[in-house]
Amino acid sequence: MIMDVLPYLTAGWIFLVGLYGVVTSSDLIHTVGSLAVTQSSTYVLLLAIGYREGGTAPVYGDTSARTPVVDPVVQAMALTDVVVGATVTALLLALVLQAAKRHGTTDPDQLTGLRG
Amino acid sequence: MSRRVRTWVFLAAAAVLGVAFAAACTGLPDFGGERHPYGDRAAAAALRQQIANAVASVTFDQRGFDTLGEELMLFGAVLGTIVLLRRAPDERRVRPPRVRVLPSTRAYGTVLLPVVLLTAAYLVAHGHLTPGGGFQAGVIAASGVHLAYLAADYRVLERIRPTAALDVTHAAGAAAYAALGFAGFAAAAGTYLRNAAPHGTLRELASGGLVPAFNTAVFAAVGAGVVVLLAHFLDQALEIESAEERSG
Repeated sequence: MIMDVLPYLTAGWIFLVGLYGVVTSSDLIHTVGSLAVTQSSTYVLLLAIGYREGGTAPVYGDTSARTPVVDPVVQAMALTDVVVGATVTALLLALVLQAAKRHGTTDPDQLTGLRG
Repeated sequence: MSRRVRTWVFLAAAAVLGVAFAAACTGLPDFGGERHPYGDRAAAAALRQQIANAVASVTFDQRGFDTLGEELMLFGAVLGTIVLLRRAPDERRVRPPRVRVLPSTRAYGTVLLPVVLLTAAYLVAHGHLTPGGGFQAGVIAASGVHLAYLAADYRVLERIRPTAALDVTHAAGAAAYAALGFAGFAAAAGTYLRNAAPHGTLRELASGGLVPAFNTAVFAAVGAGVVVLLAHFLDQALEIESAEERSG
């Protein structure tokens, strides 16, 4: 019974752990890392939804077309997710670098004033 | 808001979200179940289109338009990073020092570089037959280039990494993907990004219609994009020096 929902709950748990990291973060690099953790929960959720008992990878390179396979749609979405995650992380880290240069700190609590 | 209050507000919200999410999970189809209406249809469509890798079929054939969006997002993020990490007026460029590398490290890099590049070429060429594709191959090729930094030094990496040409390659890859979409109008009832080329025979190298072409375009965009992205971060760390660093 619990096995029927445990993978979904794991995804929710990873999401909340990542969010906890973002909320309590005292360093912007750590914030970006926590955001990456939060985002990785979506991979777990997507792949858990697509799993089929006894199913193999949805690639018919050397298997018969009648082999049961897991859902290819969510795998393609996870691919999109990974690409988006990596590029957004890069963009955010570039912003952190600028903040560190202009304000001399990466602690979000110290970054209070607006500066032109 | 103080750190303490913020944590408590989060914990309260997390408890509500956690309970609601857990309740919602019990309404989902059981994990590992047999019912996958979208998956079954997507897999059947992949076989109908003679694309052995059903994930590639979904990415480039069935949801090609979404992948165009993904491609443009990648383009935008790389562009944004380049703009953010440009050299500021009060900074200057220094030449990174030459570094001594252990001969074993150098030999390891020299042996591994062709292996990595061959793996990337295989993944992009067989992306429609076996697991892989342009995105994965692009990241692998870009990592391979950086072996030069690990096994030699930054000057060597700069020699084998012409950033100006890679900027153009990145943009050209993204543009080629968008342009390939117009091939979809070749058929009678044509639509944008329709996989219009002949589909060939399942499991043969020449199959899948335009999917190998899409993979190649994405490979160029992602590979060049990742190298350019890392180049700007590495420049910041190794070459660009601020006024304080200079005096300090």
